[in-house]
Amino acid sequence: MLDLKQEVYIKRFANNIRKGIISGIASFGAGHIGGSLSIADLVAVLYCNTMNVDPANPAWEDRDKLVVSKGHAGPALYAALALRGFFPVEKLKTLNCNGTDLPSHCDRIHTPGIDISTGSLGQGASLAAGFAMSDKMDGKKSRTFLIVGEGDLEEGQTWEAALFTAHYQLDHLVTLVDLNGMQVDGTTDEVCNLGNVAEKYRSFGFETIDVADGNDVSQIYNALEMCKGMKRRPIAIILHTVKGAGLSMYAGKVGCHFTTVTKEEADICMRELEDTDRELDNIEKSL
Amino acid sequence: MSTVLKSIEEYVDLCTVYTRILAKMIEEDRRVVHIDADLCASLGVQTIAEEYPQNIIDTGVMEANMIGVASAMSVAGKIPFVHSFGTFATRRCADQIFISGCYNRANVKIIGSDPGICAESNGGTHMPFEDIGVMRSFPGMTILDIADEQQLEALMPQIKDSYGMMYIRLPRTNTVNYYLSGNHFIIGKANLLTEGSDVSIIASGIEVWPALQAADALSREGISAAVVDMFTIKPIDRNMIVYCAEKTGAIVTAENHNVIGGLGSAVAEVLVETLPVPLARVGVKDRFGEVGDRQYLAETFELSTKDIVRACKNVLERKS
Repeated sequence: MLDLKQEVYIKRFANNIRKGIISGIASFGAGHIGGSLSIADLVAVLYCNTMNVDPANPAWEDRDKLVVSKGHAGPALYAALALRGFFPVEKLKTLNCNGTDLPSHCDRIHTPGIDISTGSLGQGASLAAGFAMSDKMDGKKSRTFLIVGEGDLEEGQTWEAALFTAHYQLDHLVTLVDLNGMQVDGTTDEVCNLGNVAEKYRSFGFETIDVADGNDVSQIYNALEMCKGMKRRPIAIILHTVKGAGLSMYAGKVGCHFTTVTKEEADICMRELEDTDRELDNIEKSL
Repeated sequence: MSTVLKSIEEYVDLCTVYTRILAKMIEEDRRVVHIDADLCASLGVQTIAEEYPQNIIDTGVMEANMIGVASAMSVAGKIPFVHSFGTFATRRCADQIFISGCYNRANVKIIGSDPGICAESNGGTHMPFEDIGVMRSFPGMTILDIADEQQLEALMPQIKDSYGMMYIRLPRTNTVNYYLSGNHFIIGKANLLTEGSDVSIIASGIEVWPALQAADALSREGISAAVVDMFTIKPIDRNMIVYCAEKTGAIVTAENHNVIGGLGSAVAEVLVETLPVPLARVGVKDRFGEVGDRQYLAETFELSTKDIVRACKNVLERKS
């Protein structure tokens, strides 16, 4: 369990990720805002607490690795990496600008701290399995974390990789399912109903952990702690999230997958995030 | 110039040669892994798994997943050779090769077995006439068309030690060894097998042997044909193509592939940008494959010695 001080620290980190997402996307004028916001809390827990990484040595051989199969959520990851010191926070404003090191989709060649390039949905699960397989061969204790979204689950390759991951007992690979219920053309139920995702993973040989509020850092933390003791079977953590979470302008709204963000809209968002900061300040003062 | 056999047909099963070399490479360097999509047995590599179980990985029939797994393993420092039939090793998982592999600057060696008519009785569904065309447009991809034992033995260490994505066409069985001992093979550099003054035949893979036979047949009619083994399709040896154009003023390409997108196209691209000379392309004329034995298919798809001879005569008529 996180104590309140740790919880506030991670919540503030997540709030800063959201500021980074908004500042980057607003600088360019448009971007993948909904899916980036929905994983902000997850990425905050991973980079504040769970993952063993070294910002001074992004290619450290024994590091934990993160594969964001929903590569369009790059802005969330870039903000987390900047906050962890992989590169200056000011760089976030270069998102998608000509010649940038921060392209729309995660790119390991350009961005320090990105373990693998993604963007063509469905390919991340295999890449994560490859990292886990390589670590298993070498007897390393490193873990690989894989974030998939609904789009990934609609791609058949994700399930090929699930079979492979279970068959080879890659229990140091943790699949994190960002189930925000929406995709480009509408809700997932309308476009292509995914049914019971946890049940599907279990039938593929995974242990699953359901996180009722996938945007609550405490619940995410507890799930990640719980899976540490699980052996021989891979783990899927099903996070019930809200697309656009943390900002009322976008939260739960179909259409926020990729959208324009004007300066005025960015200002409104920043004020809301500053309000969140003040709430966190008040909690901190009461400790 | 290379030394070649031109009259004795000595057949070899390259799957056995590949397995033998792979086992030695794994013994010497445990970073080498072979990943297969349920076709280990078709190469014979499962025998290696008895001694090195970690280095032979069978994904089951999931080529897309295989490419992803291999790409990340290579980024983590392993040297994966992956295998399926040429069709499924390329066309079926083209986007995975492009994004998980090439875009990630990964280091995966893709073995596509039974290229073109070598698929024989597996027929049109398994007969890649388009694989080079698809792979050639992927940035950074190296493409090799191999059909000889000595050539494979010489190139395997280079394939392993040269970082980057590679596609290697490999007939499993029943190819003619055409090199004598003592030849040199360098990725990206073509081998001039016989000199000639009237026409140059630039061939690759299983078309090298009929190209040599064609040169013999032409010489009996007083026509001097050079033969080049262009075993690296990409990066293509531009210098050799220009040398052939200057020396003979006419070129015939011969490939076990669609004439669209393969060796003939690659040679044509170089010629039009350097020294345009008459060119004829022997290859599959934009058709699907079908079942049949090697000889029947070579005749059906106009890949035989006599087709190369005819193409040489045609191109010589245009030379003046």
